[in-house]
Amino acid sequence: MSLLELRNLRVEFPTRRGTLVALDDVSFSIAPGEVLGVVGESGAGKSMTGAAIIGLLEPPGRIAGGQILLEGRRIDNLRYDDMRRIRGKQIGAIFQDPLTTLNPLYTVGRQLVETITTHLPLNPAQARARAIEWLERVGIPAAAQRIDSYPHEFSGGMRQRVVIALALCAEPKLIVADEPTTALDVSIQAQVIALLKGLARDQGTAMMLVTHDMGVIAETADRVAVMYAGRIAEIGPVREVVKQARHPYSAGLMASIPPMDRRVDKLAAIEGSMPRLSAIPQGCAYNPRCPRVFSRCMVERPDLIPAGPTDAACWLYAPGAPA
Amino acid sequence: MSDTPTAASPTPPAAMLETRDLARFFDVSRPALQRLLSREGRRTLRAVDGISFAIPKGTTLSLVGESGCGKSTVARLVVGLYGPTRGEIRFDGQSLATARSDPAQRSRMQMIFQDPYASLNPRWRVADIIAEPLRAFKLVEGRDAQQKRVGELLTQVGLSPLDAQKFPHEFSGGQRQRISIARALSSNPEFLVCDEPTSALDVSVQAQILNLMKDLQARLGLTFLFISHNLAVVRQVSDRIGVMYLGRIVESAASETLFTTPQHPYTRALMEAIPDLDMTGRSRIPVGGEVPSPITPPSGCAFHPRCPLANDRCRQERPELRPSLGAEVACHAVEEGRAILS
Repeated sequence: MSLLELRNLRVEFPTRRGTLVALDDVSFSIAPGEVLGVVGESGAGKSMTGAAIIGLLEPPGRIAGGQILLEGRRIDNLRYDDMRRIRGKQIGAIFQDPLTTLNPLYTVGRQLVETITTHLPLNPAQARARAIEWLERVGIPAAAQRIDSYPHEFSGGMRQRVVIALALCAEPKLIVADEPTTALDVSIQAQVIALLKGLARDQGTAMMLVTHDMGVIAETADRVAVMYAGRIAEIGPVREVVKQARHPYSAGLMASIPPMDRRVDKLAAIEGSMPRLSAIPQGCAYNPRCPRVFSRCMVERPDLIPAGPTDAACWLYAPGAPA
Repeated sequence: MSDTPTAASPTPPAAMLETRDLARFFDVSRPALQRLLSREGRRTLRAVDGISFAIPKGTTLSLVGESGCGKSTVARLVVGLYGPTRGEIRFDGQSLATARSDPAQRSRMQMIFQDPYASLNPRWRVADIIAEPLRAFKLVEGRDAQQKRVGELLTQVGLSPLDAQKFPHEFSGGQRQRISIARALSSNPEFLVCDEPTSALDVSVQAQILNLMKDLQARLGLTFLFISHNLAVVRQVSDRIGVMYLGRIVESAASETLFTTPQHPYTRALMEAIPDLDMTGRSRIPVGGEVPSPITPPSGCAFHPRCPLANDRCRQERPELRPSLGAEVACHAVEEGRAILS
């Protein structure tokens, strides 16, 4: 059974000028121990999906349809207090900016101990010992001394390690990591990715890894979902999506990454930009930018259909498509 | 300061920009009373500490490095937003101070900033934003000529002349960066300083902007100083690359040389740290530790606490840039042949 399942999730933002659909018919599942990468351009709905799962959609955003199931149990309709117990214990969250995640007025030890005693049956002394253990596991030197330091006393990379410890210390089954390495320098980024991957594997924790960095996905994820304008454009095994994407958008996204190993005269760019939520074109949302667009794309919106080893929301893979 | 700039290669005759032993320190001391009470001395942040380079006309020099290495400070020094603490900047053969005091010279250099959301005035129409340098340098006479020139500039960066009447919020990040480029081009500059021009953009849009910049360089013969933390981006645009670490250039080489034979342990670590898309499954050995504080830099070579090749000499003596296999490298291990190039 999958650990997390999203069924036709729809998130809306009611505004004065009408309702914006931020997520439209998003379905996927994550198995225990699996890492699902979620990629796409800014505004595609990656972070929104993560926020919906952990129950922290910013008002007026709301789940307008579909279901979120954790171990077969619906969590999208829980009351605030019930969801609060699940967050932390069942689902850990890691955000992009470690400085805003941590409370600057409390020592990191206090924040860890609070999380541990809230979710695990341990007394404060045991919780403190556990907290030191976690700081050591995420690679903070002299953890027993540093535990009484405040967040500002740590560097950016060390702070993100503290955040990871905080997300993992209640031993959740699922981690939602939203751009966990984006604020970090490349040399630190590599350390943090290696750490996250190792810990998730050792604990058997499933992870939803939201990032715009395809390199991070290629190294870490088992499967990838490519999002575009609030929908999943393609989802499949990481190797297939990175090496041989079926959806023209995923293929364009991959091709536009500047290569490290050679210089090219002209980079492959996707012309234009992603439509705003208030102006999503009829048919396939990618049709104005798509090099392989044909008549059907202009009128009918494609759902995910099998396209070889991946699923792609693209009419090219439906019967009767032009070759 | 004991260091002398190492002008290893003779300066090409037609350098658009040249710096010699350029340095910029910032005073980050606490207020005087607090200093007195806690008996602290002054604290100096050495953002840039002795950098020499030359950019031949029509070429691109990139400075790469992690946050805090001083690359953006160099960009700001070069256009005169900061004054140097030490050293010299020459723009097309004259000192930067002289060039900056002459509007005709000043209009020959422009800057493109990282954040296209912060660098455009939200209350101005695009036409006014782009025409500001035209007005400041009195380059066109009359509204009609101005409107015509703005239209040309917008077309040049791939937008429509009709966009002139819109406000910045009506554009996406990539389009805004095109507007920034149009504004920079409006005074017909020859030298552009680009400080992370694509790092706020999505990857598909980044490719558009990089293509545009390369295209403009080919058509207009522009000279670029390009600041970036992204090695893959830098490889696409540069003729020459300087790798910076804690305020100094640790390796400088022609772009292809740097990527095919990186020599400095830090350059190699940086390249190693980038997750690769090829999924060869190779396990990367990430460089340990973090960038030290530029307020209290390590003794000797600033990279020694993180360097696998560090020895006593590295801890005591600061290496200078020396020629090595077609590049310039500031590393004792490379100089002594202790660094094994794989």
